[in-house]
Amino acid sequence: MATFMSMRFTSCKLCGHPVRRGIVNVSKLSKRYKATKLKQADTLVWEPVIGLEIHAQIAANAKLFSGASSQYGGAVNTQVSFLDSALPGTLPVLNKRCVEAGVTTAIALGCTINKVSRFDRKHYFYADLPAGYQITQQNHALANNGEFKYFVYGKYETDCVEKSARILQLQLEQDSGKSLHDDIAGRSLIDLNRAGCALMEIVTAPDFHTGSDAKSFVRDIKMLLVTLGTCDGKMSEGSMRVDANISVHKPGQPLGVRSEVKNLNSLTSVKKAIDYEIERQISVLENGGEVINETRSFDVDTGETLPMRDKELKQDYRFMPEPNLPPLRLYYTTDKSPSGTQQRVYVDILEKEIPMLPRDKRNYLIEKYGLNSYRANFIVNALAVELFDDLVKGKNIKSFSDFLMHQFLNLISQRDLTVAESNVMSSDIDKLYEWYQHRELSLENIQKIVTGLIEKQGASAREIAETLDLWQINDEKYLTDLCKQIIEENPKHVAKYKRGKKRALDRLIGQAKQKSNGKADLSTVNDILIKMMKTGAE
Amino acid sequence: MLTLTLKEALQQIRQGKLSANELLEKCIQRQSKIKELNAFITETPDVAREQIKQISDSSTLKGLPVAVKDNFCTKNIRTTCASRMLEKYIPPYNATVVQRLYKQGGVLIGKTNMDEYAMGCGSIDSIYGPVRNPWKYKYKMRKVEKSKTAGPATQSTLHDKQRLGTRGTHSSAAQHDEVYNDDSDWFISGGSSGGSAVAVATGSCFGALGSDTGGSIRNPASYCGVVGLKPTYGHVSRYGLIPLVNSLDVPGIFARSVDDANILLNCIAGHDVNDSTTISDDFIPQQLYDEPSVKGLTIGIPKEYYVKELSDEVKQVWCDIADMLENNGAKVIQVSLPHTQYSINTYSIICACEVASNMARYDGIEFGHRADNNESTESLYAQSRHEGFNDVVRGRIFAGNYFLLRQNYEQYFKKALRVRRLIHDDFTRVYENGIDILLTPTTLSTAPSYRWFSQADNRTRTAEQDVFTQPINMAGVPAVTIPIRLSEDSLPISLQIIGQKFKDYEMLNIAKFIEQEVKFEHLKLNDIAHLS
Repeated sequence: MATFMSMRFTSCKLCGHPVRRGIVNVSKLSKRYKATKLKQADTLVWEPVIGLEIHAQIAANAKLFSGASSQYGGAVNTQVSFLDSALPGTLPVLNKRCVEAGVTTAIALGCTINKVSRFDRKHYFYADLPAGYQITQQNHALANNGEFKYFVYGKYETDCVEKSARILQLQLEQDSGKSLHDDIAGRSLIDLNRAGCALMEIVTAPDFHTGSDAKSFVRDIKMLLVTLGTCDGKMSEGSMRVDANISVHKPGQPLGVRSEVKNLNSLTSVKKAIDYEIERQISVLENGGEVINETRSFDVDTGETLPMRDKELKQDYRFMPEPNLPPLRLYYTTDKSPSGTQQRVYVDILEKEIPMLPRDKRNYLIEKYGLNSYRANFIVNALAVELFDDLVKGKNIKSFSDFLMHQFLNLISQRDLTVAESNVMSSDIDKLYEWYQHRELSLENIQKIVTGLIEKQGASAREIAETLDLWQINDEKYLTDLCKQIIEENPKHVAKYKRGKKRALDRLIGQAKQKSNGKADLSTVNDILIKMMKTGAE
Repeated sequence: MLTLTLKEALQQIRQGKLSANELLEKCIQRQSKIKELNAFITETPDVAREQIKQISDSSTLKGLPVAVKDNFCTKNIRTTCASRMLEKYIPPYNATVVQRLYKQGGVLIGKTNMDEYAMGCGSIDSIYGPVRNPWKYKYKMRKVEKSKTAGPATQSTLHDKQRLGTRGTHSSAAQHDEVYNDDSDWFISGGSSGGSAVAVATGSCFGALGSDTGGSIRNPASYCGVVGLKPTYGHVSRYGLIPLVNSLDVPGIFARSVDDANILLNCIAGHDVNDSTTISDDFIPQQLYDEPSVKGLTIGIPKEYYVKELSDEVKQVWCDIADMLENNGAKVIQVSLPHTQYSINTYSIICACEVASNMARYDGIEFGHRADNNESTESLYAQSRHEGFNDVVRGRIFAGNYFLLRQNYEQYFKKALRVRRLIHDDFTRVYENGIDILLTPTTLSTAPSYRWFSQADNRTRTAEQDVFTQPINMAGVPAVTIPIRLSEDSLPISLQIIGQKFKDYEMLNIAKFIEQEVKFEHLKLNDIAHLS
């Protein structure tokens, strides 16, 4: 039985991909894989080059330069200070917490921290930018020259590879407000709650070559920020937004003209927008056209990138130093300058306070449990290290990590949730594993229960199993009858199987699953069917 | 009663010889009497009457009325910057300096007239009309015959057009000929804080706030014969001051005596959490010496301030005071501030750049004038800004945006910042070489007439009027102007004392010494008695 179970899992070692239910047809997949490879070979003459700008909202109670709340979801225009609405005479006052968050993040990204950085004004007219300029750091940023290692998952767990991207700059800046366009009444409405919230802009070198690279980078850096507590990482709430600079060129030739796709607010959008843009640019160039240096937006519904309106085209931002803020100085406790220590930010103190980073946690899982880097990264990204540590005790590591990955972590990561956010109790996971081990629930139905736990909060695993009538049927008589019926109803597949087409068996098992509403113990069904078809007992 | 200094009035109130309420009513009467001078944009007698009810006996200012330039935000009281853009703007908060004056027992008698957004040096570019100088108003009291102005007139022939450059052909000394004996003309108050200067000079209040970016306090103080103090940059909070040039703006004080200026400085100075450019060191208010001395001090006379355009009378006053100081034990030596000549051009660029940036917020969306235009957001911006700003403001916005363009940034803005550093270093070097203070004229001449002044544009006038005051803002050092004596024409002539950074008290002590020596005769209030 054990061999069978592991065979089932072999066929679904394909993570990082969209929802995959039921039995996966390996041969079909590999065909698709070959097709992609072929397509890649066609376009191999073009090399895409991608750089990212990640705007991460700093987790802080107040905005970067004002005392107004920076909480998400407040009633429209209720979190707006005089400064945020740019009332004449107001002045920015730097929020120390935001500086600390920036420094902490920069340290974790291995950046050089600049002891003196400066703020600049970047000018453009837009209704949700009340001052007519954004305060940012252009030429003298908080930190420069870091590096971040991330994992790119492949088709199989063993394809998982570690890559590295250079961080050019980490700067502090203000967010803008939100414009809401009322097309029917032909007017725009402005919500300034977000105006002035603190952002860390993390600028990478053009070190990516595919949408998948970029997506993986964003996924892992998001986890880093969440671990540090410097950003909540909630992309759906706009806490992290990505701009991608994309160009294509032929290796050995100068870099191509780039376009910038703005405001990508999910991991999927990062990948899709970049891949679309690469293909679009290649097609433009192959057809003798030219790529224009422009700003584009990504349409989530169509999966296309579109040029933004004229006024948002590249413009001269007329940068100027912000005259109302003195240079931002950072200190080390060893610095000699005794007076006025209260408002100072000490780099070395922040460095000591940095918690265990994702990369440390990953190494811990790899070293302690022998997990592969894919699984280690996946568990870390779901914030499931503690859960794994707790539950794996006394269990077979391989079997339990298989179970945890596929029956739980995949499901929550598809929903962009961490363990804590999923509201699933670790005791429920423990119970489900036990029931699974005792063949009381099928994998199929375990997923239904986990889905239920995530979606119907408050119900226990047992309640859901009872309500939906999901307990596995191991009764030999019932299963034998079921198999008999299936063999009778599918003479074609039986014949195929007998001719040696082993894949036909999967179809028959699929029937058993369907007919029993997922409750039949499929491993027993597998054995019975083979036995029946071997003996010819029809 | 209104000729008292603030210090004397406080003393008399303490001694029970005067009541603050009575004084306030006198000031309100005076304020309404001088309406023709156009010193106030918004008069707030009722605010003052309400405020004075809450004044405690222990407060510093005991309910004495003060005036505030109309570019400081006053909660629930409109603050216009003398611009159509903010004509109906009512701020929801008080500027720190206003708040501090209130807290110390000052009551607000009104918001004073100025050049639009403080861009100007005559207080004539206001949507509310020009401010008029109370001295020799309408020439009714004119004593001097035409022949006596021959001195300055001949001096104008010395003018070297090449040297003047863009300053125009009108010399500051040629004025008297053109307007002489003409009752329809009057003298300008100077600017941009002209309203505050006039309010103090006429006894409508016991002190006033102004802002000084290139001379906007010292210039009108000089023309109106009052003390004008521009403290060290960073000594007084700019929070709530609607900016002209953030890196040069300093809130300052108009007063009838140096002691008064010091009392008011003590009320408003010190760190403000809302202004990150104020110094964080603890501020300890200090009194000036009763009898300050200049013995043993070294006083610098910058040779670059000895310009051809300087009128003979002002030159004479400058020399006399230098001699007087020397006679009182000070060492007076000539010094050099070699980059002074570049200051005005540097200022033009930095000012335009910051103006372009600061004015970007006036789009008619959140506050301020909104044009009746629904075509598109852009055309709404354009029309609101066109209607809201005068051509001086618009001109500086255009220039600033040009200087800040990527291809111009290095050549103009960056270079201007470097020259500014050189100007700053000129002062540092002089002070490091043992100079305690610098003594210079405040303005080239006495107050020019309106008719003459309005013949050249704002830019030309700013370049010529701010020549002695503007480098001080570049350096961030404190300066105070005090009236010395009247010209033969009976107009005040003032000198400027330039101090060292954060040594405002040392500077004021020296000013007080000079003040005690010269015994300047303030505007006689019956001189303006003919006003309605």
